[in-house]
Amino acid sequence: MGQTLSVRKLEAWYGPNKTLKGINMEIEANHVTAIIGPSGCGKSTFVRCINRMHETLPGTKVIGEIILDGESIYDQDPVALRKTVGMVFQKPNPFPSMSIFENVVAGVRLNGQRNKQNLQAIAERSLRMAALWDEVKDRLNYSGISLSGGQQQRLCIARALAVEPAVLLMDEPASALDPIATTHIEELIRQLRDNYTILIVTHNMQQAARIADSTAFFLNGELVEHGATSEIFTNPKDKRTEDYITGRFG
Amino acid sequence: MRQSLNEGQFVLIQLLKDMGKEVERILLGCMQTLISLDRIQADYWIAEDQKINDFERQVDDECVRLIATQQPVAKDLRKIISAMKISTDLERMGDLAIDIAKIVRRIEGPLIKQLIDIPLMAEKALEMMRRGLEAYANEDMELANGLADQDDQVDQLYKKVVRDLLVIMTERPEVLDQGMYLAFVGRYLERFADHATNIGENVIYIATAGRQDLNK
Amino acid sequence: MKQYIRKYKNWLMLSVFVAATIIALVPLFGVLGYVLKNGLGALNIQFFTNLPKAMGLSGGGMANAIVGTLIMVLIASLIGIPVGILAGIYLTEYDRHSWFSTAVRFATDVLTGIPSIIVGIVIYTAIVLKMGNFSALAGGLALAIIMIPLIIRSTEEMLKLVSHSIREAGYALGISKGKTILKIVLPTAAKGIITGAMLAIARVSGETAPLLFTALGNQYWARSLNEPIASLPVQIFQYATSPYKEWHQLAWAGSLVLILMIIIINLAARFAFRSRHS
Repeated sequence: MGQTLSVRKLEAWYGPNKTLKGINMEIEANHVTAIIGPSGCGKSTFVRCINRMHETLPGTKVIGEIILDGESIYDQDPVALRKTVGMVFQKPNPFPSMSIFENVVAGVRLNGQRNKQNLQAIAERSLRMAALWDEVKDRLNYSGISLSGGQQQRLCIARALAVEPAVLLMDEPASALDPIATTHIEELIRQLRDNYTILIVTHNMQQAARIADSTAFFLNGELVEHGATSEIFTNPKDKRTEDYITGRFG
Repeated sequence: MRQSLNEGQFVLIQLLKDMGKEVERILLGCMQTLISLDRIQADYWIAEDQKINDFERQVDDECVRLIATQQPVAKDLRKIISAMKISTDLERMGDLAIDIAKIVRRIEGPLIKQLIDIPLMAEKALEMMRRGLEAYANEDMELANGLADQDDQVDQLYKKVVRDLLVIMTERPEVLDQGMYLAFVGRYLERFADHATNIGENVIYIATAGRQDLNK
Repeated sequence: MKQYIRKYKNWLMLSVFVAATIIALVPLFGVLGYVLKNGLGALNIQFFTNLPKAMGLSGGGMANAIVGTLIMVLIASLIGIPVGILAGIYLTEYDRHSWFSTAVRFATDVLTGIPSIIVGIVIYTAIVLKMGNFSALAGGLALAIIMIPLIIRSTEEMLKLVSHSIREAGYALGISKGKTILKIVLPTAAKGIITGAMLAIARVSGETAPLLFTALGNQYWARSLNEPIASLPVQIFQYATSPYKEWHQLAWAGSLVLILMIIIINLAARFAFRSRHS
């Protein structure tokens, strides 16, 4: 089941640049929350703070609070945290040295699960959830990179789901894909909502409008507005939000 | 695919059908009030106007939400725009039904004749409304086209009603008021049927993106 | 008119490129051809099984030299490959930007260019003199020192080729950094790293100068690793510079065997580590 996230006074730096200037945000469980905003507004940085990936880059700094299901993520071991908070990236990145099967179970197997039956069950379950099982069930031992772009991305989603996270972070998951593959991914995200808390960064506003329950608008490292998607796109409260979504920016 | 959009469109169809049922309920109620000339009942029906307005607002809000969040194009877009127009037609039909109740408040004394054609008009007009909404739900152009003939029938009935009332009013000038009011009722029902025909025109627009005047 | 000029120019440039390529290939095939022609005749079973015979006698072989080269290359690999790969991993994965790693990288780059004879002299002074004798171990060590910078460099390059998003994907799954490097990044770069190691092996197989000061050479079998030992390059050198015709023949044969060894190592590296999937 998904978990709630509370973000309080989150500030982040990338070298000398302050990319997040104090974010306060509540992210609801079992919801799809989209984060939109122009390039450089800090949305990717924000999402990477939640699974503590931002810290892995040199020269970064983070202060503030992020509470996941009642516990601060900074009190946990970051490696363990990332089993609860999974991530899917913009460019599909299956492991080239592994087959489709090995890719899906990579997170589980490299963390100790050895039993063959368990792994196969996990692989099938995850691939079904990612709507990829039927397409690859007869070629699980083929290389992970032998699939098309859309399939690779679904493979990465299956791989992330296999670890059974509570929260799924998606950083522009469909922007490298063609429209039909994008629609597949969007439908998939809708279906996953019931069991996960999903946070999706997208520069495609229409996508946010289509799939998100609530939408947050970031601008210059600040959270400008956050509300129900239908509200944001029919009657936003902040003029900056309206200017952005109507395309009258800059 | 496009689950959200499909679900939204399904919701619209349901809302319009429910709105139609409400309009039917109100029209039948107002017709009953006309026959019984019960002023207390008339007041009740006049207040029911609010329900129709609520429906219209619900349909409009849902359409706006769907357009903003799902970016429909082509037929999807026409269906949703048409839903907004149909809700306006239904709202007018509701108003027309309630106008009948308002007439009841002004009529004095017993009915000057047994009402046969007027209730028949109401029945036919409701039949047309049901047909129109069915055609919308199923994108059925044939059903929509059939509304043109039915509208003609209602127009014929209206002419007969007016002729009959004129005869009575000429023979008994003291019942001129009631005769006039009853003629108004006929007019309202004829307009009711016209709006129902508009629903059919929307269905044709959805299917072909073209416009056809079924009212002739 | 213009299109004819353009066509002519294109044809001219193409000819220049083709000619340059042919010129580049000529020495390569020339050397191979020459060695093949001269060495094939002297190649027989005795070459591989017999010890060198006295001058003037026919039927001598280079068995000990072949074995000696193999032994010293093995010693060098056992030392050089792990050290080189691990150092390469450290520099790429753990410490890319500090002053320390920059210094190490600079030193490595310098060492790849160092004349190998200097390595030989250094080992001579540090090991041979201290131990009091020439030895296979010293030879292997000298070769290892030549190998290490090469392997560090190629390992680094191969690891850098692994897209950073692969590592991020590993971290994002809750896999620790060490495991990510060991089980995800290394296997991805494995082909390249091993090819790099193989090329380093091929390179040091033919080194002659350092062995002159460390392993010296031996007309007989070495009985332990702490004794002077024969090696192909040194033996070829000694025979080629001698006045005896039989020995010249053997030198050609030795050259052929050495070149074939290097070619086989190269082919083995590429074949064994070809892309298995898809």
